[in-house]
Amino acid sequence: MWQAGQGGWSSFWDAVSSPEAVAALKLSLTVSVLVALINAVTGTAIAWVLVRDRFRGQSLVNSVIDLPFALPTIVAGLTLLTLYGPNSPVGIDVAFTRTAVLMALLFVTLPFVVRTVQPVLLELDQEMEQAAASLGAGSFAVFRRIVFPNLLPAILSGVAMAFARAIGEFGSVVLISGNLPFKTEVASVFIFGRIESNDSVAAAAVSVLLLFISLGVLLAIGALRHYATRFDHA
Amino acid sequence: MRRYGLRTFALGYLVVILLAPVAVIFYRAFEHGFWPAWHAVTTPDAKHAFLLTIELALIAVPLNTVFGVIMALLIVRHRFPGVGFVNAVVDLPLALSPVVVGFSLLLLYGRQGWFGHWLIAHGYRVVFAMPGMVLATIFVSLPFVVREVVPVLREIGTDQEAAASTLGSSGWQTFRRITLPAIRWAVGYGVVLTTARALGEFGAVSVVSGRIVGQTETLTIHVQAAYEGFDLVGAYAASVVLALLAVATLVLMTLLKPKEETR
Repeated sequence: MWQAGQGGWSSFWDAVSSPEAVAALKLSLTVSVLVALINAVTGTAIAWVLVRDRFRGQSLVNSVIDLPFALPTIVAGLTLLTLYGPNSPVGIDVAFTRTAVLMALLFVTLPFVVRTVQPVLLELDQEMEQAAASLGAGSFAVFRRIVFPNLLPAILSGVAMAFARAIGEFGSVVLISGNLPFKTEVASVFIFGRIESNDSVAAAAVSVLLLFISLGVLLAIGALRHYATRFDHA
Repeated sequence: MRRYGLRTFALGYLVVILLAPVAVIFYRAFEHGFWPAWHAVTTPDAKHAFLLTIELALIAVPLNTVFGVIMALLIVRHRFPGVGFVNAVVDLPLALSPVVVGFSLLLLYGRQGWFGHWLIAHGYRVVFAMPGMVLATIFVSLPFVVREVVPVLREIGTDQEAAASTLGSSGWQTFRRITLPAIRWAVGYGVVLTTARALGEFGAVSVVSGRIVGQTETLTIHVQAAYEGFDLVGAYAASVVLALLAVATLVLMTLLKPKEETR
């Protein structure tokens, strides 16, 4: 990593601010923010359905949530490309578009929010909700005032992990995005390309940025964990 | 009614993003029957890639298991300055792009790397060879055992360990008789996750291996190479092998999890 600093600050800056690097970083950042937001909603909804709902096959669904952790990313990318690519059996072709990048990232980040929210929801005492409901609160008000504040730290740390994962993701994106510079090339694919063409300075510069983003996210999660459990050691 | 709405939304999302794509890959692999797929995964290159992947996992998983347990003990049982920082940094492989991981190994051990120059001069090849791939696999699968064991260690507390040592048992005896039995399910769960990650690693290994067919090509890299070489059956068939390994992982995770919860 120190390679990035070898040419001094100015060569680092030149490498990071080259139009292609900026485009790749911008794409990674915007798509990852989007992925984080979508996961906050869908992840919480899935966790809710797994904990509070009862239906046949629920435990199977519960096991399947971890599939993106178990499935190699390159296979994840290939599966999406097969269903939503040029030879799609359902007639949807998003290959080599930004939508494809978004879908690949949604696939690999799916478990994060579900798996952080689920245990908190399980532990959550339903008496508070019943009390609120008996005092005349509608079900949305109960969710917003009682459930949501309790889940928020878990949602945030799940979202942060999903964001960190999304911004550095490589395997699942590499086949389906087509890696078109300025269009569908994400940061890690940009780095990979620069390594292949022996441009260590550019690769190292963007790597350092990604490294700092990851570290920042991890420290934020650590602080969040500390904050959420601040009353536990009373 | 709203309950069904939410259920439909959550399950529908799972089907569109997760289940339908994975189902299609099985369909595509066996579209022309079982034997073309079988022949595609038993070519010498595919077999070599498969064995190499297994070999990498066999080296990385035991090392990470031992390291993970030691690290978890350090984080939970010892107070030292910076323990919070160490705790956060252990997660780094989860958050860091695998390409960046591979690239940093390249910068350290490559031809122009810090150690690489000396290593190559003395006849050791790390990058584009087995040692580099082992390092990459170890790096990316590092956090899982630690992550699973830390909360369990916190929960069991130190009472029993303290009792054992007042009764005269040595540190190693206490660990083997008291601590290890208490954390064994968590270790097992962590090992399953570590194995899955090691078998499926792509980005970091892709950078450090050089992707030489029949030499440093792992099964995941073989999938990409086959797809890009228009060998679709080969790519799908190898993917099915990896997907089956993933399903086996899920089954093991499900089997290990309830035991851990009812402990």
